[in-house]
Amino acid sequence: MSEQPILFTNARLVDPAGGRETRGSLLVRDGVIEGLGAQVEAAADARVIDCGGQVLAPGLIDMRAFIGEPGAAHRETLKSAGEAAAAGGVTTIVSMPDTNPVLDDPAIVDFVTRRARDTSIVHIRPAAALTKGLKGEEMAEIGLLQEAGAVAFTDGLRSVTNAQVMRRALTYARDFGALIVHHVEDPDLVGTGVMNEGEFATRLGMPGIPREAETIMLERDIRLVRLTGGRYHAAMISCADSVEIVRDAKARGLPVTCGVSINNLALNENDIGDYRTFLKLSPPLRTEDDRQAMIEAVADGTVDVIVSDHNPQDVETKRLPFAEAANGAVGLETLLSAALRLLHSERLALPKILRALSTRPAEILGLPSGRLEQGAPADLVVFDPDAPYVLDKRHLRSLSKNTPFDEARLEGQVTVTMVAGRIVFDRRPN
Amino acid sequence: MNNAPPSVFPHRHLLGIEGLSPLDIQALLDLADAQVEVSRQVEKKKTTLRGRTQINLFFEPSTRTQSSFEIAGKRLGADVMNMSVASSSVKKGETLIDTAATLNAMRPDLIIVRHHAAGAVHLLAQKVDCSVVNAGDGAHEHPTQALLDALTIRRNKGRIQGLTVAICGDILHSRVARSNMILLAAMGARVRLVAPSTLLPPVIGRLGFETFTDMRQGLEGADIVMMLRLQLERMNGSFVPSVKEYFRFYGLDQEKLSYAKPDALVMHPGPMNRGVEISSEVADGAQSLIREQVEMGVAVRMAVLEALASHLPNR
Repeated sequence: MSEQPILFTNARLVDPAGGRETRGSLLVRDGVIEGLGAQVEAAADARVIDCGGQVLAPGLIDMRAFIGEPGAAHRETLKSAGEAAAAGGVTTIVSMPDTNPVLDDPAIVDFVTRRARDTSIVHIRPAAALTKGLKGEEMAEIGLLQEAGAVAFTDGLRSVTNAQVMRRALTYARDFGALIVHHVEDPDLVGTGVMNEGEFATRLGMPGIPREAETIMLERDIRLVRLTGGRYHAAMISCADSVEIVRDAKARGLPVTCGVSINNLALNENDIGDYRTFLKLSPPLRTEDDRQAMIEAVADGTVDVIVSDHNPQDVETKRLPFAEAANGAVGLETLLSAALRLLHSERLALPKILRALSTRPAEILGLPSGRLEQGAPADLVVFDPDAPYVLDKRHLRSLSKNTPFDEARLEGQVTVTMVAGRIVFDRRPN
Repeated sequence: MNNAPPSVFPHRHLLGIEGLSPLDIQALLDLADAQVEVSRQVEKKKTTLRGRTQINLFFEPSTRTQSSFEIAGKRLGADVMNMSVASSSVKKGETLIDTAATLNAMRPDLIIVRHHAAGAVHLLAQKVDCSVVNAGDGAHEHPTQALLDALTIRRNKGRIQGLTVAICGDILHSRVARSNMILLAAMGARVRLVAPSTLLPPVIGRLGFETFTDMRQGLEGADIVMMLRLQLERMNGSFVPSVKEYFRFYGLDQEKLSYAKPDALVMHPGPMNRGVEISSEVADGAQSLIREQVEMGVAVRMAVLEALASHLPNR
């Protein structure tokens, strides 16, 4: 039995895949986009949603979110993450394997996939562990995990420090066309560091993390990609030097892509201010010059994707002296609003922003979504890019409230989110 | 004492397939064919090596190769002595060259050597006066294995020329694969290499062999499927993630074998890991030549010893 078709009317249709923007309608039937544009046949039985001139775009695809289930369901469940995502216009989450147990076994990937399907209102696609137990020593069952539904392979928060392990993993993954996503941060160079190394860290009296912790690992990886031909995605880069490294790798035609955390685009180290632990992140917030370089890199396409790096932490892990607090911030719900800061500061055009939030992640992961076109999955978001609000963390749907944007003035609010043709979030008054 | 056949084999040692001409190979295979008949008689004893001393010097444990050489030597009438590393002075720190000099002083006629280091057999051959046979050196060569495989193929298919042979598995570490690649290519077979990239030498494409990382594609239309043993220490995450995953994607089962020609034959140098690189169903099935390979091993080694004996000094 097919569901009732839904017709979005009076919409500003933004297709980041083609970089096009038109006014018109979009018809959804049986979970896919049946038609769009100025001349869409209005099906007689369709339910009509008047977008009132707001943006209608592909739903966001967040390539990096940590979810507590299984193992830390008090911080976040697949269900609560799904609700937070829907409210933020995110229709697909790639969940990280840093769970308990670790996602290094096909049976656990299968469990998470089923559990997400049963409890989450958005798509959750697991990234499986690259190495067993995330220990960086022995590669995980990449072929079997891929068959079980893993969309990428990563050690999540951890870097694989052993270059031989990384070389073999890239070599082996290539045979399966599998994507390796890597957190580029050399733990030895991070050492005891807790924030960006520099003047501000010195003044706060905190040990710093040099940019080289990132650039050295990134350079190593890219040389291994040259050697092996494996498909590689640097999960998040944070500084101008890293942008140069990736730009050079791409110019050589290597199968390299990279992401940036929304936090490194929207904030800089000065926002840490008075030791705010919700801004303790990995990679750390860098200088304003680095932030500007990252924005440029999104604009010119060197940086492919923007991620929330959603990492729920609770009071026990965050209400501590800065150096002792855990890394991470929640971000699913604020990803779009925070990204729209770049629109409002006139640094990035809307299609560019949405491209990094939906089209590019879909292309890198091999998903059919991320585009507004006939036959594409009806994973959609309607939002008002100008609607102002002040974030109150108590209203976040995440079970954890560690947002760096608490009490921040944001612009851009999601009105409707649709996943596979079903409305999963609707802010409009009844 | 001069009952050795006229020399058909112009080499003093057999250190590898590399360096043998197709004629040399053919001569050894022809000679081996005759030895098969000897081994099938009640009276299996010849006198070609009567009075000669053969030392089997094995620095790596081996059951089948060592016993195969021992039986081959005995059937030709030689006095065979086995020296394995566990009971030798090598354990006490003697160098390879000192060991060679010591053995040489005992005046052997043939030394059969297996060593874990590539090139060790060549080194030893330079330091002794007798003939040396390489019974496997590191990941370099294992010439008698390639010869026995060739003999098995030739006896079953009537030829080697023009056959498509898929060598599958741990090619990176395999001396069996290297010797077979050289021999089969020299004899005009089409050689394919099938393995995950982690088990292929990085520049293998430049050596001119077709390579496949998908087993089904690699077996498509093959006449011979030659499986290799995967060493235990390489199974768990270093080169391949696990036994389960390896068998799923690279283990030879009936389903994958169905991609080869209907009359394809299956080989394995042994010892097999059932359920790792090969299923029991295939290993014991109608297309398997694995037992026959063992029989051909004795024949080929007799042929090699006899061919080398023709160069041994008679006084």
